[in-house]
Parts: sequence; C-alpha cells; structure tokens
Amino acid sequence: MNESLFVNIIIGITIASAPLIFAAIGELLVERSGVLNLGVEGMMIVGALMGFVVQFHTGNPYLAILAALFGGMVIASIFAFLTQYLLTNQVATGLALTLFGLGFSAFAGRGYTEETIQLITATHIPILSDIPFIGPLLFSMNPLVYLSFLMVYLVWWFLFKTKQGLILRSIGDNHDAAHAIGHNVVRYRFIAILFGGAMAGIGGACLSLVQVPIWGEDMTAGRGWIALGLVVFASWMPSRVVLGALLFGGITILQLHAQGFNIRISAQYLSMLPYLATIFILVALRIRLKNKTNRTVPNCLGRIFHSTT
Amino acid sequence: MIKLIPRAENSRAMIILSPIFALVLTALSAFVIFLFILEDVKVSNVFFTLFIEPLTDTYYFSELLAKSAPLIIIGIGLSIGFRAGVWNIGAEGQYVIGGIAGGAVGLYFYNVEGFWLLPLMAIAGILGGMLYAGIAAFLRVKYQVNEILVTLMLTYVAVLFLSAMVHGPLRNPSGFNFPESRMFHDSALLPVIWEGTRLYISFIFAILFSALAWFGIKKHMFGMQIKITGSAPRAAKFAGFDDKKTVWYSLLISGGLAGLAGLFEAAGPAGQLTPGLPQFYGFTAIIVAFLARLHPIGIIFSALLIALSYVGGENVQIDYNLPSSIIQIFQGMLLFYFLACDILIKYKVVPNKTKN
Repeated sequence: MNESLFVNIIIGITIASAPLIFAAIGELLVERSGVLNLGVEGMMIVGALMGFVVQFHTGNPYLAILAALFGGMVIASIFAFLTQYLLTNQVATGLALTLFGLGFSAFAGRGYTEETIQLITATHIPILSDIPFIGPLLFSMNPLVYLSFLMVYLVWWFLFKTKQGLILRSIGDNHDAAHAIGHNVVRYRFIAILFGGAMAGIGGACLSLVQVPIWGEDMTAGRGWIALGLVVFASWMPSRVVLGALLFGGITILQLHAQGFNIRISAQYLSMLPYLATIFILVALRIRLKNKTNRTVPNCLGRIFHSTT
Repeated sequence: MIKLIPRAENSRAMIILSPIFALVLTALSAFVIFLFILEDVKVSNVFFTLFIEPLTDTYYFSELLAKSAPLIIIGIGLSIGFRAGVWNIGAEGQYVIGGIAGGAVGLYFYNVEGFWLLPLMAIAGILGGMLYAGIAAFLRVKYQVNEILVTLMLTYVAVLFLSAMVHGPLRNPSGFNFPESRMFHDSALLPVIWEGTRLYISFIFAILFSALAWFGIKKHMFGMQIKITGSAPRAAKFAGFDDKKTVWYSLLISGGLAGLAGLFEAAGPAGQLTPGLPQFYGFTAIIVAFLARLHPIGIIFSALLIALSYVGGENVQIDYNLPSSIIQIFQGMLLFYFLACDILIKYKVVPNKTKN
C-alpha cells in the first residue's frame, strides 16, 4: 500500500465518522442528564437541510454551520418542551420528532434536490501541511473533523471537570435527590436537549456540507440511529464515542473501496455492513460486560420527572 | 406560567376529549401552514380535498379502507408489544421481509394454479416477519441488546436486501433488466372484496385481528401479563411472569403481523415485488397505535383517520401540486399534539400565581 492511499483512507475515515461523533456526543450529554431523545435522526436531517440551504444561498460555510446548529436546536426544543413541561413519554415523543423531522425536511427541501453547493474542504496550513505523511494527517483535516474532536473533549471536560457537569450527571442518576437539594432539573435537562439538537444539526450538516455537495430526502440513512447505538457502545463515556465512530467510518470506507476494487458482491450487501456492524458491536459489548450491570448508565434514563413542590 | 396539579384519578372526560383537542390543534396548524404556502388557492378548497372529498366518493372511500388495512394489521401487533414495554420500531423491516418471503413462494410456484398457494404465501410472509423480529427478541433476551436499535438497523438491511433480490434472484427474467419481479399469476393474487376497487381481503383480516386482539387482551392471561409487565415491571416479577416470554411473544406477534401485511401489499395492490414495496406503513403504524392508546378497536379508527390523510394527501398532490411529504408533517404534528394533550388526563392545568 502506498503512502498517499493510506493517508486518503485515514482522511476518508475521519470524514465518514464526523457526523456520528457530533450526533453521538450531543446525545451522550442528553442521556447523561437522564433524558432519552430518539429524535436524533430527525434533528440530523433538519440540520443537513438547513446547512445546505444556507450554503446554497450565501456560500458562507460559517453561516451554513450556524444555521444547521440552529435548525437542530429549534426542532429539539419541541421535544424539550413536550417532555420537560408536558411530561410526555420520551420514547414516543422522540419517535414523533424523527417522523416530523423527516417529513418537514422532505417538504421544505423539495426545491433543492437538483442543486449542488461548494463543499467545505480541508484546511491547509502553509509549510506544516506540506510535511510528508504527518502534514496531511495532522494539519490538513477537514475543519469540521477538528471541531468534532474538540466537542468530544469539551463534553468530557464539562461532564467530569466542572460543577455544572457534576450536577447534570447527578440529575441523570437521581432526579428526585437532585431536586431535593435545590437543583433545577427541568432547566438542566432543557438546555442539555438543546445542546443535543445543536450537535445533531451540525452532524447532519457534515453530510451535506462535507461528504456530498447535494441534498436528498432521507440522506441521513439511519446515521441518527447508529449514533444512538454508539452512545450505548460508548457506555456513556465521551472518549469511547470517538473509538466507535472511527470504527464505523472505517467500515463505511472499507465498503466504498471494496466496491471500487470490483469485489464480486452486490453493492447492496456491502451497504448493509454499517447497520449489521451496529448490532454486532452492541452484542459484543454485552458479551464483554458479561452479566455485570453497566454502572455508567444514567439511572433515571427515560424516566419522567415532575415535582409537586 | 402554568402549574400542573396531579389528579387523584385519571379524568375520564379527558381520555375522550384529548384526542379531539389534538385533532383540532392539528387542523388549526395545517390551516396556518396552508395560509403561508398556498398561492391563489383557497385554503378551504384544499381542506375539502384533503379531509372531506375522500369520504364523498366511493372509489376514494374504498382506497381509504384499503390503505387502513396494513396500518391496522401492523398497528395491532405493535400495540401488544408497546403495552409490555417492548419497542418494536422496525416493523417496516419485518414487513419487507414478509413481502419477500411470501412473494418468493408465489414466484417459485409461478403459473401453478391452486387454492393452497395464497395461504402458503401468507404463512411464508408471517414466518419471514417472525424470524426477522425474532433476531431482536433473541438479542434482547440473551444479551440485553436494545430492541429499538436492532429492529431499526434490520429495517435498513431489509430494504437493501429487497433491492438485492429484485436486482438479482427474483428479477423478472423477461423484464428488460428492470429491478422488478414477475407479476404474480392469478392464484398468487389476493381476492378483491369490493368489485372495481383495490379493496382486498386483507381488510377483513385486519378487522378480524383487532377483534382477536381485543378478546385476547381482555380475556386471556397473556393480555393481563403484558399489561402488568408494561405498567408495573416489578409487580410482574413478583407475580412470577416470565419477562423473557413477554419479549419473545411481543416481537414474534408484531413481526408476524408486519410480515403478513407486507405479503398482503405485495400480493394485493403491488401485484409483484418492486423496490417500492416499503411504503412507510411500518412507521406510520406506530402513530396509529399511539393515537388509539394501544386499544385494539381504537386502532381501526386511528388507522382510518391516518388513511384518510393518505388518500386526501394524494388528491391534493394531484389537484394542487402539493408535495405528499406535507402529510407526514401533519401526522407528526398530530402525534405531538396528542402526546401533549394527554397531560390533561393525569394533571389539572392551573395558572401559577406563586412566584418562584
């Protein structure tokens, strides 16, 4: 294998895994606060559309990313309002959010299916990026790839190194106790859900602004659900999200290269790999844990909180 | 702001009123959306086409009944699992596998006439769906892997598998390489129960299944078991109910019914296997089950309501060139409003006078 092919594969893997890292790290924070939001797929597709539309009209990638972030947040706020103030079932509300997001994006994006945009391309730092091998790998990644890694670090730092992070985790583990000592459970969860929406929105935008320069209905193709699986795989630990996402990026790239190398398997079977891999790693995780209960799972995950006082 | 005061007992009036509130709110929202997006068309005309016209014309009415059949069949299965807290979200995948399995049997006996063929196809469809949902049941029981994720991932796999089948082994040999199977021959097609329409025998089965499910939940021990497992898991454990059995039964029943619905679609309206077999019924049935509060008879009505929006949606697409995705938005909104209005059952909403 020659050097440039190797570099290309590594870069391909990071780009394929970036949407998953964003969506999963956002959902991880949400779940750490004790909320299960199954609307990731819906928030991602809305982010993908918003990013695409703004990039198409303004050509400004910063605005496009902001729009994706904002779009994800707005649609997440529906979920936040319903589950936190109207105490709706989180599974049902999350599913409704996904269905609504898919419908909304298909409707609002119907005029853009024929358009193409300028992709966000890799950074180039003079001299540093030109160092053979190390240069492209360390200094010429896509800006969103750097941002995705940064977000993982920030979420880890927030959860484990700040007071608010500690409070958020305690709310996720025992909302009644956290409420009793005076923490505002609903406010923490509301903000966490908005953050999750923003991250899913950017994750979706990675698809339409970094991977392919087009917009298509259903272009997330289950990545929101894979991100939910990644959070479980990561045992709610931020660093392991990266590991899982890179694994998926690897499988995706492998599948593309296998198609390129003319391997005699139908493209459809190769395309199944990421989905089957999700199931496989969830099973593998359980086998590794044996019958021990997973101690990092937030105890109040998915439970409704209502204070009478 | 407002304050929620728990009611001592669930409000019976609100159990009936909250879905009506949800419907009214959805209609109002739809009205506002139409005001924004429609140009030189009266909103009232679109409303008429969307919600009233399907009820006035016999053909549209038959389409409405036809579209409700798969929603009822899948919804019944899902509601049983949802009651027990088993979340089969990938009915769409089991529907596709059922369609492939049953359809493959029909194609294997191509041009062989016989009354036995359709039942055989139906059994294959049911078994296909059961087997596929059974994967999720096995993984949840043996490895505690979340069935939501497994059934969903398998849905994407199933759709790809269908594509592989109609591009490969099941492709029509004399079909100019189109990714479609042969058209099923007469013995492999569902009988029509209303001459001149596309209303098939599947509708009768749908009604039959909801009656059976109603009876089962009301009278049978298993109904009791899933109800308690869902609402009070600890109590269910103390009562000695087998949690594993509940997972298995829930997924096998919902998978089997979804598989049968897939075969009914293939051998009914479609008449062949094409990549267009998945029609989102598996996901829409989730909405149907929730709107009916998981009640088997209620599912008939909620399925008819959703089917109405499908038929009306197709009509506004043709008459006013509106995209069909707008219906998906309304369906999503209806579910949002419905979930939100349910708070009125358990809580009294009063204005909050105290400042915090």
